[in-house]
Amino acid sequence: MRAKRKLANVYLIVIFVILYAPIFYLMYYSFNSGGSMHDFKGFTLEWYKEVFHDTRLFIIVLNTLVIALLSAAISTILGVIGALAIQMLRKRQVKNSLLTLNNVLIVSPDVIIGASFLILFTIMGIKLGFISVLLSHIAFSVPIVVIMVLPKLQEMSPTLVDAARDLGANRWQVLSKVVLPFITPGIFAGFFMALTYSLDDFAVTFFVTGNGFSTLSVEIYSRARQGISLSINALSTLIFLFTIMLVVGYYFVNKKTGKSNGMGVRGR
Amino acid sequence: MQSRTRNIYLIPYVLWIVLFVIAPIVLVVYYSFFDIEGHFTLLNYKKFFTPVYLRMTLSSFWYAFLITVFCLLLAYPTALLLTKTKHKQLWLLLIILPTWVNLLLKAYAFLGIFGAFGPANALLETLGIGQKQLLFTDFSFVFTSVYIFIPFMILPIFNSLEELSPSFVDAARDLGASPWTTFRRVIFPLTLDGVKSGCQAVFIPALSLFMLARLIAGNRVITLGTAIEEHFLVTQDWGMGSTIAVFLIIAMAIIMILTGSRR
Repeated sequence: MRAKRKLANVYLIVIFVILYAPIFYLMYYSFNSGGSMHDFKGFTLEWYKEVFHDTRLFIIVLNTLVIALLSAAISTILGVIGALAIQMLRKRQVKNSLLTLNNVLIVSPDVIIGASFLILFTIMGIKLGFISVLLSHIAFSVPIVVIMVLPKLQEMSPTLVDAARDLGANRWQVLSKVVLPFITPGIFAGFFMALTYSLDDFAVTFFVTGNGFSTLSVEIYSRARQGISLSINALSTLIFLFTIMLVVGYYFVNKKTGKSNGMGVRGR
Repeated sequence: MQSRTRNIYLIPYVLWIVLFVIAPIVLVVYYSFFDIEGHFTLLNYKKFFTPVYLRMTLSSFWYAFLITVFCLLLAYPTALLLTKTKHKQLWLLLIILPTWVNLLLKAYAFLGIFGAFGPANALLETLGIGQKQLLFTDFSFVFTSVYIFIPFMILPIFNSLEELSPSFVDAARDLGASPWTTFRRVIFPLTLDGVKSGCQAVFIPALSLFMLARLIAGNRVITLGTAIEEHFLVTQDWGMGSTIAVFLIIAMAIIMILTGSRR
């Protein structure tokens, strides 16, 4: 029995090592003065300096952040409206078909979304660039927000709304004082998911980005196609640290808002 | 009672659905009937059924199948063992964390790992096998894809294992089932929904990974995704690209129906 337990632990450790080895491998060589991803010659911060002095890269990072924040904010608003709309529908069939349509963009492969949006924007006469990227990020984030908010709405007892109405609240007050505070954890979760989807997206952006406008993923792709350059390593180390901060932030937001509502225990 | 409020919320949401869900699909189908000069034609569909495209479709499915199978084989034991650890939520978080790292950076890491002088080759050398061309092969493509997708397989399986009531397992054991029989007859069938949604989460994206195929496999592996990307962005033959996209959508719908959980 003990031998078995040991074997199990070894298996898990191997899986974790494989999962993390490539990431640490990238980070390790970002300090290599040798200029390649083998033979560690000596410690240097030269690549980080290069990243920080690269104004083009700086603009791209700014673009990426602006797109992520804007698209997450707008898609959160749209997604909450969508979840409210679905929740209020009475007919099961209509509800289910709307949900199915909602999920189409979540399960579609990125290439399909990218290619079809490219056609759409071309037909609508929208110039490829900032606007097209922003619109497509909003478009594929909305269903995720709906999925995150809807369970919270379903959890809410209808008596809460009825009580507010009986006490004389108008429709806007019911929404802003009762419904929205109740679903806040779902809204936050949706916002964070939208943010990460936007930051992480490559394929859709690649299709609709056109010339002149670029996000970080697209830039990394075009640099990686030209081969290995250790400034990408430095960049990825920075991104990884940023990601960890984001994850920790998300974890705490979830924990904090979860506690007051008894979430977190459910759904797992 | 309050039919008017319903309509207010529905308007922007339905508008979004029409504009970004229905219209794009309709446009893809519409464009698949046009050739590169803009004439109406069925030639694209005829072309799709020529050996070149059929072989490509077949190989794309074969690679996606391989990736899914390897993911499943590695992920199921991992999920099972994870449910037995002490701080499972923490371990689970550690499984999820790498998915937050940009996919392209992970692919880029493998460019170095599988490179001519990279650690993978160094390992082969010490094992006495000697240096091999690893980058730009099917092996490196499948390996990298499995690496990238494995958390998406572990997660749903882990969740369904957590939902499984331990009393089922205890009952099977009490009734004299061996651990293997318990697994085969009780645990696995009851977590089949998790396996299905895991397969769905891996297989569909694996069909369309064009960036991995480009970066890791050079041009050795051509998937449906690579073909679509090439037709849309390189040769500008949107008609043919749309035709392939139509078939990818059909394949996706079939997979969704096959792996759909009954709820």
